[in-house]
Amino acid sequence: MELLIVGVIGLLTACGVYLLLRARSFTVVLGLALLSYAVNLFLLAMGRLAMHRPPILEPGRWDYSDPVPQALVLTAIVIGFGMTAFLTVLALRARKDLGSDQVDGSRTHP
Amino acid sequence: MDQRLILPILLPFIAGIVLLLTNGMARQRRLSITAVAALLPLAAALLAMTGDGYHAYVLGNWPAPFGIVLVLDRLSALMLGLTALVALPALLYAVAAGTDAQGRYFHPLFQFQLMGLNGAFLTGDLFNLFVFFEILLIASYSLLLHGGGRERIRAGLHYVILNLVGSALFLIAIGTLYGMTGALNLADLAVRIAAAPAADAGLLRTGALLLLVVFGLKAAMLPLYFWLPAAYTCTSAPVAALFALLTKVGVYSIIRVFSLAFGPTAGVAANVAMPWLLPLALATLLAGGFGVLASWDSRRLIAYSVIVSIGTLLAGIGLGSTSGLSAALVYLVHTTLITAGMFLLADLIAMQRGHSDSRPSSPVAQPLILGTLFFVGAVAMAGMPPLSGFLGKVLLLRAAEETVALPWIWSVVLGSSLLIMVAWGRMGSSLFWNTLDTPVTGIPVHARLLLPAVALLAAGPLLMVLARPLTHFAAETAQQIFAPAAYIETVLANRSLVPATGTSP
Repeated sequence: MELLIVGVIGLLTACGVYLLLRARSFTVVLGLALLSYAVNLFLLAMGRLAMHRPPILEPGRWDYSDPVPQALVLTAIVIGFGMTAFLTVLALRARKDLGSDQVDGSRTHP
Repeated sequence: MDQRLILPILLPFIAGIVLLLTNGMARQRRLSITAVAALLPLAAALLAMTGDGYHAYVLGNWPAPFGIVLVLDRLSALMLGLTALVALPALLYAVAAGTDAQGRYFHPLFQFQLMGLNGAFLTGDLFNLFVFFEILLIASYSLLLHGGGRERIRAGLHYVILNLVGSALFLIAIGTLYGMTGALNLADLAVRIAAAPAADAGLLRTGALLLLVVFGLKAAMLPLYFWLPAAYTCTSAPVAALFALLTKVGVYSIIRVFSLAFGPTAGVAANVAMPWLLPLALATLLAGGFGVLASWDSRRLIAYSVIVSIGTLLAGIGLGSTSGLSAALVYLVHTTLITAGMFLLADLIAMQRGHSDSRPSSPVAQPLILGTLFFVGAVAMAGMPPLSGFLGKVLLLRAAEETVALPWIWSVVLGSSLLIMVAWGRMGSSLFWNTLDTPVTGIPVHARLLLPAVALLAAGPLLMVLARPLTHFAAETAQQIFAPAAYIETVLANRSLVPATGTSP
């Protein structure tokens, strides 16, 4: 499972960074979304990977999983979701106001 | 435990929500100004509390390393005071100039921005710091774009994307540190990092340096400042004045996190940022200096002056000594107030000339008062005696005296001061003297517009008059920061308070 998670985080990050470096605002938004997925998975993995363990402390039970990263991920997802929505609207607005979907707003590039 | 600590966060939060539900610009303005004005006595009261050391407020009475804790010390009280001092004139200016009527929700956004700022200055928890960063950032995105326009949209898009990448890096850093130590509370983090085995050194240092990148992006440190000039030049003047605080959040976070969790006592990750800070600070100073010299627009000139001031601040912090840090703190107070004042003043001058760049135009309508204010601000900005910038710079040069970096710091700091002096002198001559032979077209500004700028620029002479208490306070603050043991003790002491009564004061 470790290899799978590591691979997925790596792939998401690589795709995210690649898309982020493109010149058009739509791909940049997609790139940021992929990057935030990678970050969320990474945060979750930081609580150690374990299956079938409740995130609750009970007397006499020691095989619990760490609930903190799950709470962090939840917060990060909410914030990331809001930011993506904001950025999408901003990118659309920039497309309309600047007459181009280039990130730097220039028309020269095809 | 002291509940008053949460008031600087709650007050703007509640005011922001009420403002969202309030109809009518006049009522919104009254409410917003009242809420911001109330921050001033609040900050003063908190500042008075810091005389006897640290204060902690444990939210929900959850024991310290598990729950979120707010911590008040001299540094956070100073930043709260600065926030209130900048916010009130900026808001009054926005109301007088009608900036708030150019779009919807200016006042709620302004309050949420203040909530994020105050929260970032008070929190003692790394993840909570991230959350408050996001609150102040999303408010700043909308404030930056307030009023709209092509240039703002373009600069805003860059600003938002860069900061979102910064947030992703911040989360990776938090995740790494949490994965290694199991702690998010800064005090707890400090204890655990100090006790970390040598095998963890690599990842701990990675996390720490990622945090430096994130805070460096917020503070506009050298390779990460390119978003700043465009963003600060394009946005409206009161928002730019308020943004003078945003870069200081990055500086504050660098001081807080790297003195507390990665300070000299941090074991394998001790002083991890120090080898980077000073060279990057000096490079920032130089780059900002050249940027200042190349600016033909008065607002761009101020934006590059912000970068120079960030370089100066980071140089003081990068010295890693109490004298260096206290010099940086003195300079921090000066530069925040003067920069905010200059953004407002530049807007007034631009209003009368018709544009903000240095092309010739019809003369300003009130050359005497605007010229005097400009002169005061420029002298303070350049760090020349007898105004406030001089004090911080002299203290910084003195603090560098016994270090090996002496020739570098003296030459770069003094060199960049010269560049600023040349640039501001040139800008002043073009703004006021390089005029067309046309009659004055601008109308004299109302006192309501002038007073906020005057109040902020009054810091120039005033901080010099108050130099003794200010330097004394800065020295005490620096000593407090360099002795983080008491901070850790205050925060973690709440652990034992919790279960017994639940109502302990």
